[in-house]
Amino acid sequence: MKKPTLLALAAAGLALPAALSAHRMWMLPSGTVFAGTDAWVTVDSAVSNDLFYADHQPGRLENVRVWQPDGTPGRLQNGATGRYRSVFDVQLDKPGTWKIGSETTGFMGSFKVGGEEKRIGRRGPPRPGEPAPLTIADIPANATDVNVAEIISRNYVFVTAGEPSTAVLRPEGRGLEMEPLTHPDELVAGEPARFRFLIDGRPAPGIKVTLVPGGKRYRDAEGATERQTGADGVLTYDWPAAGMYWLNATAQDKKAANPRATERRMSYAATLEVMTP
Amino acid sequence: MRLCSFVLLGGAAAAPAVADTVTVTVPQLSVAEYHRPYVAVWLEPAGGGAARTLAVWYDTRKRGQEPGTKWLPDLRAWWRKGGRSLSMPADGVSGATRPPGRYTLPLPAGLKPGAYVLNVEAARETGGRELVSVPITVPAGTAKASGSHELGAIAVAAR
Repeated sequence: MKKPTLLALAAAGLALPAALSAHRMWMLPSGTVFAGTDAWVTVDSAVSNDLFYADHQPGRLENVRVWQPDGTPGRLQNGATGRYRSVFDVQLDKPGTWKIGSETTGFMGSFKVGGEEKRIGRRGPPRPGEPAPLTIADIPANATDVNVAEIISRNYVFVTAGEPSTAVLRPEGRGLEMEPLTHPDELVAGEPARFRFLIDGRPAPGIKVTLVPGGKRYRDAEGATERQTGADGVLTYDWPAAGMYWLNATAQDKKAANPRATERRMSYAATLEVMTP
Repeated sequence: MRLCSFVLLGGAAAAPAVADTVTVTVPQLSVAEYHRPYVAVWLEPAGGGAARTLAVWYDTRKRGQEPGTKWLPDLRAWWRKGGRSLSMPADGVSGATRPPGRYTLPLPAGLKPGAYVLNVEAARETGGRELVSVPITVPAGTAKASGSHELGAIAVAAR
């Protein structure tokens, strides 16, 4: 097994996106299709290689946000973090589609001052008594070998009470996003789904998208499918079977928000439930 | 899943076809833990279009803000085809779950002539789920089908 390479963007309290690591950040909702206005969804959050087995690190609840169907902030309840897994509930007390997940932005990398290398960000979770890690603002003017990347990562699940709605699916226009042309809570095995990937709100062709079905332990193959978005940024995928899938897309460019950063690394992940017909 | 044998009440697989009706058979199952199934019956135009729910049987005695609706999405095909947009209870459509037996429902009055698909879906607590789809033609169509585990004989008699 590889040694853990999970990094934490400690300064901002961020966890590094899966793009830089074999480990996958995932959330697993107890369901995605609910009735009425009294339903609860319980969600697992973890970082691990195999989906969806919590066997490495728990997800960090301080990064998780809830969007109600109208887009306003919702409430995360009963949050708890165990050794390998965090868990929390959301009461779906309004009809429509809810978005739950994390959006993180930060800077990672290193620079040299007087030949000494210093790091921005920190490996691993914060330890008591450890000094706060350096941020991009701490890079002095005389620094050399500045090698800093802006990291933008998104990780979502979508759950619907009653009829699906689309307000929470609207792209924000920043970083790598997925605009579902097929509603994420209307995925059915044997029916092709279409998702448009966007960078800064514009269709992004040639984006690498990985789809991994859950249940890795009960088959031999990893089972991952690698695809690229078409010229219009659209990925069409015909689900081979029902189940929970982890979708991950990554991209990088030079359009970092800070002039000291040399590149921008973006990732988008979502856990999608595909129903049987 | 455990093997289950079922006996159709009334003996015959085909119900006597009365015009403009749907006959749905809820089979008797010999299982250790039996709960009456949730059942939805709906019509869809064969060429696609809005589904029309004829009947939904669910556990109306539960508590909560919308009593008994929590498990309606287990009728997953019906839920997606329009069940989720119905507000429950629905007048003339929804009702309590039924014990094993044969039930006859009227087809909607004034159904436009054309090709339809009649769907019957059943989902049972601690049991299975089954969808039976029967293509029918209005007017003058009759059709028969049968489920294999959660549903028994289905018969349609259109005009």
